[in-house]
Amino acid sequence: MEALLNQFSYGLFFWQLIILVIVIFILGKFAWKPIVNALEEREQNIEEALNKAELARQEMARLSSQNEELMKQAREERDQILKEAKALKDGIVNEAKTQAQAEGAKLIEKARIEIENQKKAALAELKGQVSALSLDIAERVLRTQLDDKAKQQELVNNLLKDVELN
Amino acid sequence: MINLKRTLLVLAVVILGANPICVLANEEAHAGEPSDKSKEIGEYIVHHLQDDHFFSLYKAGEETVGFPLPVILIDNGLKVFSSGEFKHGKAVVEKDGQFYKYYHGKIYKTDAAGTISYDDKHHPTNAKPLDFSITKNVFGLFLAAFLMFVGFLSLAKTYKKGPSNLPKGFGRVLEPLVLYVRDEMAIPNIGHRYKEFMPYLLSVFFLIFTLNILGLTPIGFNVTGNISITVCLALFTFVVTTIKANKDYWKHIFWMPGVPVPFKIILAPIEVLGMFTKPFSLMLRLFANITAGHSVIMGLIAIVYLFQTQLTVGGSVGISMLLTLVLFFLELLVAFLQAFIFTMLSSLFIGMAVEEHAHH
Repeated sequence: MEALLNQFSYGLFFWQLIILVIVIFILGKFAWKPIVNALEEREQNIEEALNKAELARQEMARLSSQNEELMKQAREERDQILKEAKALKDGIVNEAKTQAQAEGAKLIEKARIEIENQKKAALAELKGQVSALSLDIAERVLRTQLDDKAKQQELVNNLLKDVELN
Repeated sequence: MINLKRTLLVLAVVILGANPICVLANEEAHAGEPSDKSKEIGEYIVHHLQDDHFFSLYKAGEETVGFPLPVILIDNGLKVFSSGEFKHGKAVVEKDGQFYKYYHGKIYKTDAAGTISYDDKHHPTNAKPLDFSITKNVFGLFLAAFLMFVGFLSLAKTYKKGPSNLPKGFGRVLEPLVLYVRDEMAIPNIGHRYKEFMPYLLSVFFLIFTLNILGLTPIGFNVTGNISITVCLALFTFVVTTIKANKDYWKHIFWMPGVPVPFKIILAPIEVLGMFTKPFSLMLRLFANITAGHSVIMGLIAIVYLFQTQLTVGGSVGISMLLTLVLFFLELLVAFLQAFIFTMLSSLFIGMAVEEHAHH
């Protein structure tokens, strides 16, 4: 202990005090403070960056799930539209078919009526021609068989009746 | 990292290589006188552990190689002269009618003949002037402070470009150490108020660490192993603790809450004593560890001379080198550890002083 006290030097103590104070103040102002602040700032930056990355990741996940949802909806909508279009097409085709059939039937009916009319007209004409012909024949017969007039008339009437039945 | 490794390697080689040479040179210097070797080595070690006014590197023959340092005395005015004038204690220096003699690391006032009178324990009784000389240890302090300025001002500069600008070179070694002081010592012990104590803790940590490392170089500083230095450091921690202490701290010292009144009265003097024993233990721990380390390393180097006859020259050198090498690495650890412990305990004491207690 005595040796220790003997070793104690005021001069050295004084210099140590001066140097320690200088080191604390000058380094404190120009080194420790900027260093400690910069380290803290850097740590905050890193933390912030990590938080931001996490937020961005969540946002990405949210967006991608949203996208998927949208895709799903779009696909469903497309399917719906396709189905509707197909139904529409089928409807149109069917309608066209029935319409065409109806039209065809109408045309056929018309044609049939026309044919009937034509036939009737032809028959009437034929009847007229037949009667004229018959009259001609009868005239000729009459010319030749004028004596038996009643007999001839009966015969012509019978003939005409037969023609009409045809 | 590679830089640090290389630096340490160079340091190790230089130190391990040079130290025995110093002693060897010294031994040869005294070879002519018939004297007790072990006693002489003991004296040499004690001499090394003490401060010196002359920066001696080694001895060659009768010449001590090194350089003188300025002597600054306050004794009826300021007196500044070179320590070379003492001629290693052989000459009496006269300044303004006052005579000074250098004797065993201290400067004494004497008469013109340089007479030193002793008491019965062989201690000089001459008066001592106030000595503010730039001694070897003061030189070491300046060197350490200079190294810190260089290192940390350049480190601070790298952050000027923004906190994301990472340091390069030696700054890469310093930055983790700064972080270490902050994360392992300041924050766990002091808490959210750590920032206001960072300048003190960082200064103390790096000053002790640098001085300890300088002490391991063959230049042979023993700064942190000097009681004046550790007294100053411990006093600083004491002052910081006492000034920054809050009401709770004083309450816990003088009127411990939560114990019966008789105990409060018993505890008060113990706590008051504790206020002083804490920095006292800081002071002694650093001093004792560094001094012990220096003593043991030098003692092991001395094996080279003490056991030459028993072990032959090669054997004693080999054993000495091996033991010194092992101890040197231990001392490297101690150099860091003591800086760490001092700073750690300082922050612990500061933390106790500024802690806000939950009320019991």
